[in-house]
Amino acid sequence: MTRTGVLPRIGLAIYLLALMLPIYWLVNMSLRSNEDIMSGLSLWPHHPSLGRYFFIFNDSTWVHAFGVSLTYVAINTVISVTVALPAAYAFNRYRFVGDKHLFFWLLTNLMAPASVYAMPFFNLYYAIGLFDTVWAVALAHCLFNIPVAVWILEGFVSGVPREIDETAAIDGYSFPRFFIRIFLPLIANGIGVTAFFCFMFSWVEQLLATTLTATNALPFAAVMTRSYSAAGMDWSLLAAAGVLTMIPGAVVIWFVRHHIAKGFALGRV
Amino acid sequence: MDKPLNNRAWLLVAPVLLFVLFSALLPMMTVVNYSVQDQMGENHFFWNGDAWFRDLLNPATEVGARFAGALVRNLAFSVTALLIEVPLGIAVALCLPRKGWTVGATLVVIALPMLIPWNVVGTIWQIFARQDIGLFGAALTGLGLHYNDTQDPVSAWCTIVIIDVWHWTPLVVLLSYAGLRAIPDAFYQAARIDGAGRWAVFINIELPKLHKVLVIAILLRFMQTFMIYTEPFVVTGGGPGNATTFLSIDLVKIALGQVDLGNAASMSLIYNLITITLSWIFFTIMTQLDRRREE
Repeated sequence: MTRTGVLPRIGLAIYLLALMLPIYWLVNMSLRSNEDIMSGLSLWPHHPSLGRYFFIFNDSTWVHAFGVSLTYVAINTVISVTVALPAAYAFNRYRFVGDKHLFFWLLTNLMAPASVYAMPFFNLYYAIGLFDTVWAVALAHCLFNIPVAVWILEGFVSGVPREIDETAAIDGYSFPRFFIRIFLPLIANGIGVTAFFCFMFSWVEQLLATTLTATNALPFAAVMTRSYSAAGMDWSLLAAAGVLTMIPGAVVIWFVRHHIAKGFALGRV
Repeated sequence: MDKPLNNRAWLLVAPVLLFVLFSALLPMMTVVNYSVQDQMGENHFFWNGDAWFRDLLNPATEVGARFAGALVRNLAFSVTALLIEVPLGIAVALCLPRKGWTVGATLVVIALPMLIPWNVVGTIWQIFARQDIGLFGAALTGLGLHYNDTQDPVSAWCTIVIIDVWHWTPLVVLLSYAGLRAIPDAFYQAARIDGAGRWAVFINIELPKLHKVLVIAILLRFMQTFMIYTEPFVVTGGGPGNATTFLSIDLVKIALGQVDLGNAASMSLIYNLITITLSWIFFTIMTQLDRRREE
């Protein structure tokens, strides 16, 4: 790659600054009191206080909700990646009756606006007794995460030469043994990237998550919406909670940064 | 490079089918069911044929005009957002560092906006865009611009576009960056020997290699902008007037606000059909281009 000049660096710095400003504003708000926030513009907190964070850490509703959110996101990520792996392999390596239609049908599930299907989802999960459990949300999020996972993984599978499959077959590997022992390590990079995307889309979605839960499995975002109504807007508390919602995602991206930096063109290069 | 025909591959796809059908089929059927019925009083439904659909697709009726308006607004929004996000995303990806500790740090910073739950995004901008206590609104007002995201339709519309650009350009950046990193150094060396300029390298080497990641980025972004709900709902509430009433917002207004299930259901089916058709056209064009280039 050619060396980066001065101009691109300045451009990048400006972009990163613009990206961070709203986030800085959120952090700024979380350290100020409500009266202070509403009273006027202030570029930094004059009397910073971590009070709002301690309030959240000491309140069992908030702590429990944070655990719930992490649980269903984790379950969803594991299910999505696990079932998408063999499917991505099949779509890339074989032709079969209806393959192209099936692939596009999977993608169409990404195009169903959650706002429309929230009520039917509620009916469905209520009927089968999963309402208000982490499983309801984890399964519901499969609707859009599995297609995304198949889509991304298919790209990674296409980067692995088919000769490897053939050599393994000649060497007497059965399909499951080949798939787990040889193939999965080859696309470990792709699994990491896919898991990141599944984590992200499940973590930020909250319309379905809120509709499918009541008290036991209330997600973090739903607890946030509750503090809207109680005694007006508690901006400072909302901001503190908002800052906390960024942490798990930041941790996950830190773990997959090498996979992204290693690069993937999704296909033969 | 013909793939072998093997119908046993269905066995590998079966688990995916099972999970997705479970969540897709029944809710979809419920919506279809409502779209052909009308309601009289509590829980008394009768067959209504295609009446909801005919009303909806006729711009002369009230609901038809409303739908057409929301559709045009939404298309304009999606096109604007994509036209900004895709070139910007690729440009930023080209500027990112390639080695050293800054790589990881920059990637985390860039990904942050995407990892914020959508209602929190709305909350941030609700304050951030205010003229009295928010930095963004105050800065624009300070520059002498007539900016008011809750009163002025143009400001409101631009605010939603800016939020979307802020929120989702990182997706294009991450995918493009990964695509760029996958290009072997030999390609660049060959280009240098040929004396190719920066622009020629971009057009002939980098852009073709980004093809597959860009298909994912553009299609995902199109679908998401076409279904945008939370951000306008929280920040502008679809207003002022109906300046930011996009399709999803309008739909929820009809379904939950007016409890008009027949209208809402037929509207969501047509809406879904439009999204699928547009995505299909795009998907086909992109894959055809890819095939032609490989031949």
